[in-house]
Amino acid sequence: MSTIQELRTKPWAAYLLPGVVIIAAALFPLFRPPLDGFMDDCILALAYVMMALGLNLVVGFAGLLDLGYVAFYALGAMAVGWWASDFFTGAGGEKGIHIGVTGFAKTLPGIHVNFLLLVVGAIIVCAVAGAIIGLPTLRLRGDYIAIVTLAFGEIIGRIFANGDEITFFGDYKLSNGRQSISPIDSIDVPALAPFDSALNLRPYYWTIFAMVLVVLFVNFRLRDSKLGRAWIALREDEVAAASMGVPLVKTKLLAYATGGAFGGISGAFLGAYFSSVNANQFQFGFSIFILAMVILGGLGSIWGVVLGAVALSFVNIRLIPDVLDQGFVGDALRDAGLKFSFTEISFGVFGFILVIMMVLRPEGLLPERRRKMELTEGIGETESVFEARV
Amino acid sequence: MEAAGISADAALKPRTSEVVAEFISRYGLIAILIAFPAYYGIQDLINDGNLNRIGNNLVDGLSNGAIWALVALGYTLVYGIIELINFAHGEIFMIGAFSAFALWEPLGITADTGTAALILGLLVTMVAAMLVSGSLNVMIERVGYRPLRGAPKLAPLITAVGFSFILQNVGILWLGASQRAVPDLIHSQRELFGFFGVSVSRGDVLAFVAMIPLVLLLTSFVGQSRLGKAMRATAQDPEAAKLMGINVDTTISLTFLLGGLLAGAAGLINTLYQTNVWFFQGFTAGLIAFTAAVMGGIGNLRGAVLGGLIIGCIQQISDNRIGNEWTPAVIFAYLVLIMTFRPQGLIGEETREAG
Repeated sequence: MSTIQELRTKPWAAYLLPGVVIIAAALFPLFRPPLDGFMDDCILALAYVMMALGLNLVVGFAGLLDLGYVAFYALGAMAVGWWASDFFTGAGGEKGIHIGVTGFAKTLPGIHVNFLLLVVGAIIVCAVAGAIIGLPTLRLRGDYIAIVTLAFGEIIGRIFANGDEITFFGDYKLSNGRQSISPIDSIDVPALAPFDSALNLRPYYWTIFAMVLVVLFVNFRLRDSKLGRAWIALREDEVAAASMGVPLVKTKLLAYATGGAFGGISGAFLGAYFSSVNANQFQFGFSIFILAMVILGGLGSIWGVVLGAVALSFVNIRLIPDVLDQGFVGDALRDAGLKFSFTEISFGVFGFILVIMMVLRPEGLLPERRRKMELTEGIGETESVFEARV
Repeated sequence: MEAAGISADAALKPRTSEVVAEFISRYGLIAILIAFPAYYGIQDLINDGNLNRIGNNLVDGLSNGAIWALVALGYTLVYGIIELINFAHGEIFMIGAFSAFALWEPLGITADTGTAALILGLLVTMVAAMLVSGSLNVMIERVGYRPLRGAPKLAPLITAVGFSFILQNVGILWLGASQRAVPDLIHSQRELFGFFGVSVSRGDVLAFVAMIPLVLLLTSFVGQSRLGKAMRATAQDPEAAKLMGINVDTTISLTFLLGGLLAGAAGLINTLYQTNVWFFQGFTAGLIAFTAAVMGGIGNLRGAVLGGLIIGCIQQISDNRIGNEWTPAVIFAYLVLIMTFRPQGLIGEETREAG
């Protein structure tokens, strides 16, 4: 037995590679300037990783295709917009309501709540919304679930995009409509100075990195838990799972609620990081962007989804605008006389990824073993073309 | 012993909650469909003293609905045969509209063309748009859905979403990302005749005149021809159809072709009626038409036409009364309500999906 093979048998061997990657990712900002563009990209990528992990719970584990994931991004971001800005100017008798905030934000009107409490708030709002969205889908299966979730995503997006027409308690508006809510309080963690994205990005990076680590840990524990196994059983065969005593209603609603909560945390973070919340971002395309990450990485595979999310967010932030449009590809196209902007058709690129992955490698880049068996069995079996759908 | 007797009794008598659920499922959808126009009708009676405004809404709505009906037929045909929501169908409709518009200029069709030449030219562009949409739909089925026929249902649906985005971006590359106004060839807003204060424009008449023969052709094809029989057999039981010597793959391709042809025709009519084209029109149209197909009972041809007409009215009333920025939300709210309380639609049977 060679040394490497011997090492692989050790119980800690499986943690070696993830451990090295995590330590490297945690320490890398120290070697970059505090206002690094690459760090900015990484912060976005990590926020998308969190969303993709949340969607993976619903689509990958429980097998419920959710095309309205943008709803949770919207709700998480709006939670920050409502409760960490001067949006509700009249709240608390013009002086504002302040809970756990320090420094400059304490002097502003509106509702201002500490970021950590906001995350809890976003989790609650999104989990409840997830369960509500899940309710009508309980009787449905397959395609119909996808359409109902898509409808909810669009309804919520519409409500926020036109929320300036909805008023309650006198003259409080629901949202700012097509204008963004800005500025949002900077993230304020107890025992640390308030973050400032104009001076130093490192605290933001470490915050989202820590949150992703927590979410990853929760994901692994959930997958191996009773609930996670119930989700997988549900995905493989709903009838069989039900007859084995898996409570369908509770299991499905918990999948929506948990997946939604992760999306909400990420939405809240992005709102605080951009320091603005804009309802124009709450589009169907965003749901597909996140779905493409899950599909690219591998449905149900946690590390695969992390890889897919990081890869696609860099495709979106770097490859499409900088390499394809500005770099040698763009130059070559311009020389050939083509007026062609990849930024304009970036969603076409994501759609292409969906099609190619599904036709050629449905199990994704880093497949989960069990899922791969499900997805590839039956393809190419000519004599039982329709077996899988009965 | 006594406990067993009680439970047997309870099993015979339906519980109150079940009776209520059954009642809501049977009449609830019809009630919420009627409630919407009825509310605004009463409001008109109180405010204006007549029903002109709601009447105009309904006329516009029905002609809009005629277009949605053609698109909805494509959803319902495909769903009936392979139980897949062809998510890219709305984009097929959009491409149909684009190719019709693109043909007008080379053919020399402008708003000044004479009547006979205009009708001939429009017929030619309609056939061309139908062929483009039909063959595109067949090609998508061949590339995206057929290889995945044995895979879980999630897989072809995801490719369908992917194709939808690809085609939208083809639309952006073709005619740009903003709405494009097209020449108003038929003067679609000009009033043709009016009755009881309700005006019927040329566009309204066109939408109906074009829709009815297409629907009749389709229903008689599916109902009477040999190929239509093969389609119905495949929809009922693909395995058995295969044993009876039906080429299932060709039949499925034919279904996609028919759906695409109708979508292409709808694209041309919509271009004439709305006098603009936009890459995003397919997405909205697709969801509206899908709602129509579900409302009528998916897999049911008559249901799709009925659903299309109803959803057209709802859309028009919502555009006119609530504001068109809210229309998608209204339509989706109806979609969710239908899916929740009556997934089998107005005149559909229960499907495996919507048990």
